[in-house]
Amino acid sequence: MTYNVQIKVMPLKDLLDPQGKAVLGGLQNLGVKSVNDVRVGKHITLQIDAASEAEAKQVAEEASKKLLANPVMEFYEIELVN
Amino acid sequence: MKFGVVVFPGSNCDRDMQDALQHDLGKEVIMLWHKDEDLSMFTTEDCIVLPGGFSYGDYLRCGAIARFSPMMKSVIEFANKGGKVLGVCNGFQILCESGLLPGVLLQNANQQFICKNVYISNKAGQALKIPIAHGEGRYHADEATLDELEQNNQVIFRYCNESGDVGETGNPNGASRHIAGIRNKAGNVFGMMPHPERATSTALGNLDGKEVFSILGLLN
Repeated sequence: MTYNVQIKVMPLKDLLDPQGKAVLGGLQNLGVKSVNDVRVGKHITLQIDAASEAEAKQVAEEASKKLLANPVMEFYEIELVN
Repeated sequence: MKFGVVVFPGSNCDRDMQDALQHDLGKEVIMLWHKDEDLSMFTTEDCIVLPGGFSYGDYLRCGAIARFSPMMKSVIEFANKGGKVLGVCNGFQILCESGLLPGVLLQNANQQFICKNVYISNKAGQALKIPIAHGEGRYHADEATLDELEQNNQVIFRYCNESGDVGETGNPNGASRHIAGIRNKAGNVFGMMPHPERATSTALGNLDGKEVFSILGLLN
């Protein structure tokens, strides 16, 4: 069976996110003054052929840990959508 | 001592590195294609260089994909055997992603790609003028790792001002503890953001890069 897995990768909370800062500046210039913080990350979708949900999650976990996210600067969350 | 310079898709300082090593420093250089894996022509006395550029388009994260290329597997083995490895700019990012050096290079704090001469200093406090050209050069590691780097004398270069004073004023990208370059614990793997290969020729008006290669022990 094919599983759709969505992975959210975000910069660690303690780290300065210059991209988010630039977007915040853009929003303020646009007149959206109520936003006081922006952080920008990545959303990655994977289609995984696996025998079970647990197996698909395990593959996603391995992919995230070894390549998709770098734990020194990012954290990730895995969600199975089907 | 001879040098191997790895060419990844998207490397753009590989020829500069070759030229500097061959013509300015008089070294034998072998260019290495990222899809090959043969390093049998090198001994651990030799040095493999990962040059600057945008390997694999900087996709995902700088250096993240290059780390899995066939040549990198051999380079990691070579480093683990004690062979010398130098990563400059994107090469430094690849070394961090591959786990040969601790930490990571984050986007510059001022959100800009910075291309200019900066000053870096080694422990002796001498200020060397070396160009940088990067968008992601803000060295980061957790506090414990930074402490360990300092305790083991692994910080080889820090950003400084023209007179050699390390501090905010000389730090172009917001790097933790003004770090511009580090080495591994064993002392055979070096990574730095500034480009010494762009400062080894009188024609370019700057010879401070030669001093960098000398400090790293690569001119033997």
